[in-house]
Amino acid sequence: MRIGVFICHCGSNIAGTVDCAGVAQRAAAYPDVVYSTDIMYACAEPGQDAVIAAVKEHGLTGVVVASCTPRMHEPTFRKAVERAGINRYMFEMANIREHVSWIGKDVEANTNKAAELVRMAAAKLRLNRELKPKSFPVTKRVLVIGGGVAGIQAALDAADAGLEVVMVEKQPTIGGKMAKLDKTFPTVDCSSCILGPRMVDVAQHPNITLYAYSELEEVSGYVGNFDVKIRKKATYVNWDKCTGCGLCTEKCPSKKSYDRFNEGVGPTTAILIPFPQAIPKKASIERDYCRLFNQGKCGVCAKVCPTGAIDYAMQDEIVEVKVGGIVAATGYDLVDWTVYGEYGAGRYPDVVTSLQYERMLSASGPTGGHIKRPSDGKEPKDVVFIQCVASRDPSIGRPYCSGFCCMYTAKQAILTKDHIPDSQSYVFYMDIRSPGKGYDEFTRRVQEEYGARYVRGRVSMIYPKGGKLVVRGADTLMGGQVEVEADLVVLAVGGEAAAGSPALAEKLRISYDGYGFFMEGHPKLKPVETNTAGVFLAGACQGLKDIPSSVAQGSAAAAKAIGLLSRNMLDSDPQIAFVSVNRCVGCRKCIEVCPFKAIREIDMRGQPKAEVIETVCQGCGLCNATCPQGAIQLSHFTDNQILAEVEALCRF
Amino acid sequence: METVCLNKSDDAFVKAVEAESGQRVSRCYQCGNCTAGCPMFFTFDYSVSRIMRLIQAGQKEQVLSSSAVWLCAGCETCTQRCPNEIDVAGVMDACRHIAGRERKFGARAVSAFFKAFMDSVRFNGRSHEVGTMALYMLYTGRVWTDVELAPKILPKGKMPLLPHRIAGRKEVAEIINRFNQGLSDPDLVRAGSATQGASAKEAVS
Repeated sequence: MRIGVFICHCGSNIAGTVDCAGVAQRAAAYPDVVYSTDIMYACAEPGQDAVIAAVKEHGLTGVVVASCTPRMHEPTFRKAVERAGINRYMFEMANIREHVSWIGKDVEANTNKAAELVRMAAAKLRLNRELKPKSFPVTKRVLVIGGGVAGIQAALDAADAGLEVVMVEKQPTIGGKMAKLDKTFPTVDCSSCILGPRMVDVAQHPNITLYAYSELEEVSGYVGNFDVKIRKKATYVNWDKCTGCGLCTEKCPSKKSYDRFNEGVGPTTAILIPFPQAIPKKASIERDYCRLFNQGKCGVCAKVCPTGAIDYAMQDEIVEVKVGGIVAATGYDLVDWTVYGEYGAGRYPDVVTSLQYERMLSASGPTGGHIKRPSDGKEPKDVVFIQCVASRDPSIGRPYCSGFCCMYTAKQAILTKDHIPDSQSYVFYMDIRSPGKGYDEFTRRVQEEYGARYVRGRVSMIYPKGGKLVVRGADTLMGGQVEVEADLVVLAVGGEAAAGSPALAEKLRISYDGYGFFMEGHPKLKPVETNTAGVFLAGACQGLKDIPSSVAQGSAAAAKAIGLLSRNMLDSDPQIAFVSVNRCVGCRKCIEVCPFKAIREIDMRGQPKAEVIETVCQGCGLCNATCPQGAIQLSHFTDNQILAEVEALCRF
Repeated sequence: METVCLNKSDDAFVKAVEAESGQRVSRCYQCGNCTAGCPMFFTFDYSVSRIMRLIQAGQKEQVLSSSAVWLCAGCETCTQRCPNEIDVAGVMDACRHIAGRERKFGARAVSAFFKAFMDSVRFNGRSHEVGTMALYMLYTGRVWTDVELAPKILPKGKMPLLPHRIAGRKEVAEIINRFNQGLSDPDLVRAGSATQGASAKEAVS
């Protein structure tokens, strides 16, 4: 083999603490190395051209580039060596930036370590074999998990591009959090007026199949061909027969159910249609509140239903679909704010969350759009808004900024003045974060035109006093303590990853951060991809964001899915396991450890043997490490290749 | 008001407060929740959050000469409310100790009462209210303070005129002497708190 070694300076990133020319000089003496040089920026066009020229000039058959992490530029250099006419797997990368220059200041030690890493890469390269991908057909269908505004946008864009879309929504209706909002900032548009038509489009689009009140049960398979199981939860109403007439909801005698859509602002019935514009507009029974399920007798809804749609014996159903790509758009939930004893921990009825306040403001909400105090139904005059509740609070494990509360609070203060002209709003804030188009102007308008009094400081306690709530906080700009007697207190509660996000991430085999938000492939360059091929992210499940950003990500994720599925065939990654049948004893250990069910047992002349299903194997190497015989090996990472690296390192 | 020169930040003071309180004042993002809940705020010259800000800026003189560090009741409402989990009351306590060592008494009546109480315990082995009051009047010169209460309290026998001295008062006096010595010798305090911290850790493990 004729190996060429290229040591990248990465400007001063590497050259600052590594003697790159010295490393190149040492590498020239390594076995099979026939050419060695240092290079200013290996990834730049002149750098790649230099690699290609060297391959041709010196007849190289393998290339080592020592530069940054392979996660950054391995694909770049593989393509470059391919252009030079050698197989893309006859290339090795030594990470001398993240693993060397960025983490140490001692030039001599760094140079030694860099030289060792290059020696290891060259030693492994000597045992590399040419690998060629196989191609396989893709399923031109996308699964969208979550029917909020991000999921709706992703589904419509993908469907308009001609892909089939399967949408799964946990709640009985799509619309997500946006459907609960009365108005949107900074234009004060009616939320359901702009979202409603999109929801209808989802229902009517010939390419979209909607599974509402359903959850993802299981995902197997791989990019281009995922096998998905969806659990359709029992609604106890046959949706093929239900016309959404609402007769059942009028007659249901169980009238104290928790109203999930209206955030518990008012009670509702056990059988219900969440709201007038619900998609699908079908009734479902909340089993926990239904008299028939809990007391054994009732059945009023079945009696009044004109189409005989009620089915108390309904069971959950599992639906199986095959999809090529997946968009996760599972959104967020509000943090449980009742951890704050100083705000009453839920004991004071007139302390409400921002989302409950939205439902009070909404004309289709339980108060018909009239702001009423939950305690006595009176119209409040002094309304206090407290921002950063459960945001930017390390003491409860929520140190991040939720990002949208400053803006929706300003909007709610404007709406309060619109609804009750002689009201006065007070907003306790820590910082006003309004970096969006027209956003900061909006927060000025609420103070200058609508007269909301903004107070810079947190609130330490709320206590009842003669039918009012006393809010005691700080005004740090004034330099002291302040008190407001309020009729109603609205907590701008921050968001967190939707309940069950980590469990879903594990099903999808994607990463999530310490708070349960899904991890993007790269924080800047791959914002909607994940590290699992074929799985994309949209909206607040990746990190809290407002409606415009969620919509933008919905479109971006759809574009990624469309791009992926625009091809008829995909190339498989050839870095997969293979079995030496003469060594395999058929012990089945590899079959048990494989997390992808990619190994099956076959019969070879009466002997049981393992066989790798090439399109399913993800190349994780668990089988390789488990096999007692060393019979199953991972291409490109065989035992011999790893041992060659170890030997290159432990020479003394 | 004087212009505060931010270049003149006394970093040694910031480090001393952090070492003595075991807190990192840079964690404070000035939300004001400590000030918001402080029941002693009405007596303070600087609110708690402003004291925190002055410490961050290394403004030693202003912090140590403030009355707030002496008037803090140590109720720890600030500590409980702080979203950044800073023991704010502990920071106030550290400032009070540093001020005491440097003979800076921003609220003389408080430090005088502190001294009167400790002296009373040193003499008698336990507190003697009338003696404490007499010493307090002596140290502050506020002779008529609360004297109008005497006709109501004395007949009830709740405050005996003569002290009740306990048997081990020499040992108690020794403890207080050591404490006073420590006040004038910061190294001793630090060594003491270090061993205290170590023993607390042992107790936990």
